[in-house]
Amino acid sequence: MISAFFIFNQKGEVLISRLYRTDFKRSIADVFRIQVVSNSDVRSPIITLGSTSFFHVRVNNLYIVCVTKTNANAALVFEFCYRFISIAKSYFGKVDEESVKNNFVLIYELIDEISDYGYPQNSEIDTLKSYITTESVISSAIAAEESSKITTQATGATSWRRGDVKYKKNEAFVDVVETVNLSMSAKGTVLRADVDGHIQMRAYLSGTPECKFGLNDKLVIDKNSQGGASDAVELDDCRFHQCVRLNEFDTSRTISFIPPDGEFELMRYRSTSNVKLPLRVIPTVNEIGTTQVSYNIAVKANFGTKLSATNVVLRIPTPLNTTGVDCKVANGKAKYVPAENVVVWKIPRIQGGQECTFNATAGLTSTTTRQVWARPPIDVDFEVLMLTASGLIVRFLKVFEKSNYHSIKWVRYLTKASGSYQIRF
Amino acid sequence: MSIRAPRKGENYELSVDLNSEYRDKRKDAIKRVIASMTVGKDVSGLFPDVLKNMQTDDLEQKKLVYLYLMNYAKTQPELVILAVNTFVKDSEDPNPLVRALAIRTMGCLRAEKIIDYLCDPLQRALRDDNPYVRKTAALCVAKLYDLKPELVIENGFLDQLRDMISDSNPMVVANTVAALTDIHISATSNQPSDSTSDPAVFSITSAILNKLLIALNECSEWGRVAILNALARYEAQDDKESEHICERVVPQFQHVNGSVVLAAMKVIMIHIRNVRRDDLVKQLIRKMAPPLVTLLSSPPEVQWVALRNINLLLQKRSDLLSNEMRVFFCKYNDPLYVKIEKLDIMVRLASDNNVDALLSELKEYSSEVDVDFVRKSIKAIGQTAISIESAAERCVNVLLELINTRVSYVVQEAVVVMKDIFRKYPSTYEGVIPTLCANLEELDEPEAKTSLIWIIGEYADKIDNADELLGIFVDSFIEESYQVQLQTLTAVVKLFLKKPDSSQGVVQRVLNTATKDCDSPDVRDRAYIYWRLLSTDPGAAKAVVLAHRPPISIPRTTVSPALLEELLGEISSLASVYHKPAQTFVGHGRVGADSVQRKGSEISDAQKALQTVVAGQQAENLLDFGDDSAQDGQPSGLAATQILPSTPAAANFLSGTSANPLDDLVSIFGGMETMETGAGSLSTALSPTTTTMSSPFEGFGGSPAPSSQPAQNAQPQEDLLGLF
Repeated sequence: MISAFFIFNQKGEVLISRLYRTDFKRSIADVFRIQVVSNSDVRSPIITLGSTSFFHVRVNNLYIVCVTKTNANAALVFEFCYRFISIAKSYFGKVDEESVKNNFVLIYELIDEISDYGYPQNSEIDTLKSYITTESVISSAIAAEESSKITTQATGATSWRRGDVKYKKNEAFVDVVETVNLSMSAKGTVLRADVDGHIQMRAYLSGTPECKFGLNDKLVIDKNSQGGASDAVELDDCRFHQCVRLNEFDTSRTISFIPPDGEFELMRYRSTSNVKLPLRVIPTVNEIGTTQVSYNIAVKANFGTKLSATNVVLRIPTPLNTTGVDCKVANGKAKYVPAENVVVWKIPRIQGGQECTFNATAGLTSTTTRQVWARPPIDVDFEVLMLTASGLIVRFLKVFEKSNYHSIKWVRYLTKASGSYQIRF
Repeated sequence: MSIRAPRKGENYELSVDLNSEYRDKRKDAIKRVIASMTVGKDVSGLFPDVLKNMQTDDLEQKKLVYLYLMNYAKTQPELVILAVNTFVKDSEDPNPLVRALAIRTMGCLRAEKIIDYLCDPLQRALRDDNPYVRKTAALCVAKLYDLKPELVIENGFLDQLRDMISDSNPMVVANTVAALTDIHISATSNQPSDSTSDPAVFSITSAILNKLLIALNECSEWGRVAILNALARYEAQDDKESEHICERVVPQFQHVNGSVVLAAMKVIMIHIRNVRRDDLVKQLIRKMAPPLVTLLSSPPEVQWVALRNINLLLQKRSDLLSNEMRVFFCKYNDPLYVKIEKLDIMVRLASDNNVDALLSELKEYSSEVDVDFVRKSIKAIGQTAISIESAAERCVNVLLELINTRVSYVVQEAVVVMKDIFRKYPSTYEGVIPTLCANLEELDEPEAKTSLIWIIGEYADKIDNADELLGIFVDSFIEESYQVQLQTLTAVVKLFLKKPDSSQGVVQRVLNTATKDCDSPDVRDRAYIYWRLLSTDPGAAKAVVLAHRPPISIPRTTVSPALLEELLGEISSLASVYHKPAQTFVGHGRVGADSVQRKGSEISDAQKALQTVVAGQQAENLLDFGDDSAQDGQPSGLAATQILPSTPAAANFLSGTSANPLDDLVSIFGGMETMETGAGSLSTALSPTTTTMSSPFEGFGGSPAPSSQPAQNAQPQEDLLGLF
C-alpha cells in the first residue's frame, strides 16, 4: 500500500516526509520534484516511473503526495489524501505552507496515527482529537485509564462516539445544503441540471442516542415501486456517514444511526429530476465588428418573494484583447478584472421575483491573429437560505435514548452554487 | 561508534540542547532535529543524544524520538540496541497508547539486532486485552514478515493471525485481514514461479467468509476496503454463495467513501460471474449505476479514477449507464485529464437518442482553448459518425462548420477525422471534398497531410484537378516526412490507375524521385514494387492498389477480453486506472520472458508488457533507487530488440492512458496498406516487405518473416489496437 507520504511546497521543497515502508530511500522526494513540481506539463494526478507510482493532490500551492510500489488502490490513496486535508483543516484551520511548517510535529503525530505500515487506520476527526492534542499529554496512571477508554472507542463498533457525553440541553441541528450544478446552452436549453446535496448535522445529545431520520424522498433505485405522495423528491443516489446502518437502509429504507458527537456529514445525495433553478440568467452578447462586444444580461430570482438570494456573484467573461469595459448596473457593483478576463458583478441581495440587469460594452484592441473568441460560460455563485432546489424536506428526526430526555431539533435549508452554475452564451 | 561532530555549528548546538537539564529545552531541540531531518539534513550524528530523551512521560516527546529512531536505526545499528530496553518496558506500560506505540515503532526499525527482541513483546501484544494494541500488533506481524519471514513462521505468528480473524473487534479483524493479505502477496511474489509448493498464507475458506461478511458492516471505512479486497479473492463454492456475497456487499454502494464504493464494485463484478439468476444480475447492475454517477461529484482525482473504471465497466456492460450521458458533460473548469476521460465515455454512451445533444456538446468543446482537448473533441465527432450510421451526416455537417473556422489545428484534425469517415462510408460524402481541398494550404502536420492525400488518391476520378493537387506534394516530395512520402506515392499510383492519360508525367516523376533521391528504404522499396507492378502487369496493379477495402469500425473494447476480465477483478487499483496488467508497472525486479509468455493467448500484450517493464527498469536504473534487484533485470534478447526507441516508459504511460482507436488507425497507416495489398493475389510475395517495415534492410522477399509475425499479420487491426 502507501509506502511514503510527503508534503511539498510550490517550489518542491519537502515540508513533511514520512516513509511507511522501506522499499526506497528518502531521495525519492527529489524524483517527484523533478518529474512533477518542476514540470509544467503534468496531465495526470498519478505518475508512474519504473515501478514507483506518485499520487498527488494539490491544495493551496501544496502538494500532498503518496508514493507506492505496488498495484495500489488508487481511489483509496486519493481518499486518504483528502481525508488528511480535512483532518489538517479541522486541527489548524487553513492548510498552507505556513500552517504546515508551524504544526509539523502535530502532522507527524497525525500521519503516524492515521496510517500504519501504509494501511489507513482510524481517521475520525472527533476521536483523533481526543488523544492527539496540541498540548502535550503526560502519561500517568490516570491517563492510562483514560487512554484505554479512548482506544476502545477508536477501535469499537461506534468508533465515532464516546459513551459518556453529557449535555444540559440536548439539541440537534440539521443543515440541508444543496449545491446546484447547471450547464445551460447558448440557446437557453438546460443541458444538465442536478443537485449535490449534503446533510450536515450537529448533534449535542447526551448518552448513546439512537436516531431515526426521515425525508420526503422516494428512492428511484427501485424504479418499479413508483407512486406514493406527489410531493416526494426523487433521489438518484444517496451515501451515508459510516454511522448509518447500511443494511437497514438497504432492506427497509430507514436511516437509523448513533450520531458522532458534534458536527458531521450525515448524508450526501444526488437528485436530477425537477430541479428548480433559483436564478434565471438571460444573456445577450453581441460582437460588434472586431472592436466591441456588447453585453445585456438579466438575472431573475425564480423563487418566492419572502426569500432572497445573497452573495450573488456573476463572472462574465470578456475577450482576451479587451482594453476596458464600460458597465452600467442598477443593483450591486460591476468591475472589470483584466487579469482573469472577466467582469465581476456582485449583487449583495436579490429578493424573490426581482430582476436585475447588466449593460456593458467592452472595447477591444485589434489583433493580428484571427483566433475566434472561445466564449467561456458565465459563472454564477449565490446562496439562498430556506430553499432546496430539489424540493427536499426533512420530515422527522427522532431521538431515542435510555434516559428518555427531551431534545430540540433545528432544521435549516440552503441552496448555493459556487463554480458549477454555468451559462453559455 | 559514531564520529562526534566538531564543537561548533548547528549540530553541536543541538547536541548541547539535547543534553540540557531543562525539559523544555530538550524537547525543543528534538523538534529542531526532526525539522532538520525533514528537509534532508544529516542529523544521524546526534543519535546518542536523542536516544537519551527516549525515557520520558511526555507522549509527544516520545513520539518524536521514535520518529527519529525510525529514520536512523538503519544507519546506527550498534546504538539501536540501547533503545531496546525502553521499548520492551513501554510494551508493558499500563497505558495502551504507549504499548501500541512501542510495538508500532519497533516494527519500523529495520535493524537486525532489534528484531530478535521484538518477538516476545509482539507475542504479548497479539493477546493484549486492548483491541487498539491488538490491531497494531496485527500489522506489526506483516512488518516483521517483510524483514525476516523465518521469524514469523518460527514463532507461529501466522497461525495466531489466522485465529485473530475471529476477533470480537471489527478493527482488529480488518487489520488482520490487511496484514495477512500483505504477507500473502509478498509470499507469492517471492516464490519462484516454477516452484510447486503452494504458498497459501491466506486462503479464504467459507468459515472465514462469514466472519468477514459480519465484520464488514461494523468496521471503519478503510477496514471495509481491506475486507472487500479479501472477499474479492474468495472463490465461491456455488452460485448460491456468490449470490449471498453479492447481496451482502451491495449495501456498501451507499458508503460515503469512494474507495469503499469502488471496492464493493470490484467484489460484485467478480462474484456476478457465477450468479445464475437473471433478475438478480439485472438488479445488481441497476444498483451499480447511481453510485458510479455520484462518484463524479468527488474531488477531481477520485473522479478521474472513477472515470477510468467506468470506462472499463462500460466495455463489459455497455448498458450500465445508458441513460446517464448528460452527467458526463464536461464543465468548463474540469481539469483536462477529467475532461478527456469524460469525452471517451460520452462517445461510448452515444446512441440514436442522445446523439444530437452529444454533437452540440462536442461542437462547443471544439471552440475551447486547450488544443489537446479540442483535438480529442473533434476525434470524438469522428468516432460518433463511425459508430452511429444515422448520425453520420450530422457529424459531417458539424465538421464542415469547424473547418470553416479556419483555425489551423481544428482544420487539420477535422481533415484527419474526415478520412476515417470516408473509409467507413465510401462515396457518400464526396460533396465535402472541395471544401477539404480548399484548405490544402493550411495543413502542416504530416498526419493531416497524409489524410488529405489519401482522400485525393481515393477519389482521384471524381476530383478534376487531382493531378494538380498531388503535383504540389510531388514537387515538395523530398522535404516531406516519410509518412507523407509513402502516402503521396500510393495516391499518385491510384491516380494513374484511374486516369492514366493525364497523369503519366506525375507518376513517372514521383517514382523517379522516390527510387533515386529518397533516403528512406521503405519509401524506395514501395516505389520499386509499384514500378514493377505497373510495368509488368497493370491489371494486377489495379487489383492490388484499387482493391476493395473492408470498412473500419470502432471496437467496443480497447483491451483484449482476457485482459478486461483481469482488470475488472482489480477495479480501483492502479492497473484498472492504467488499463494495463499490474506486472507491466510493478515488476518485482523482473518479469521473466517465459513467465509472461505463459499467458499464451495474448502474444502482443505480453510483448508490450515486456517492453514496458524493461523500459521501466531502465528508467529505474537511471533514477538510482538503490533497488538491487533491478540490476539483474537486464533485457533479454527479444525484449531488447523490440523496444521502440521513441517510447520511454514514462511517456508511454502518459500517452497510453487515453486509448484512442482512431489515433492508432492512423499511426498504423502502414498496416492499412498491408491490407490493401494483401487482398491481391500477390499477397504472399509482398507480405515480408510490408510486415517488416521496422527492419528496413530486409528488402524484397528476403528472409522469411519470423513465425509469430504472419499470425499477427492476419489480424493487424485488432492486435495493434490491443496494444494501446
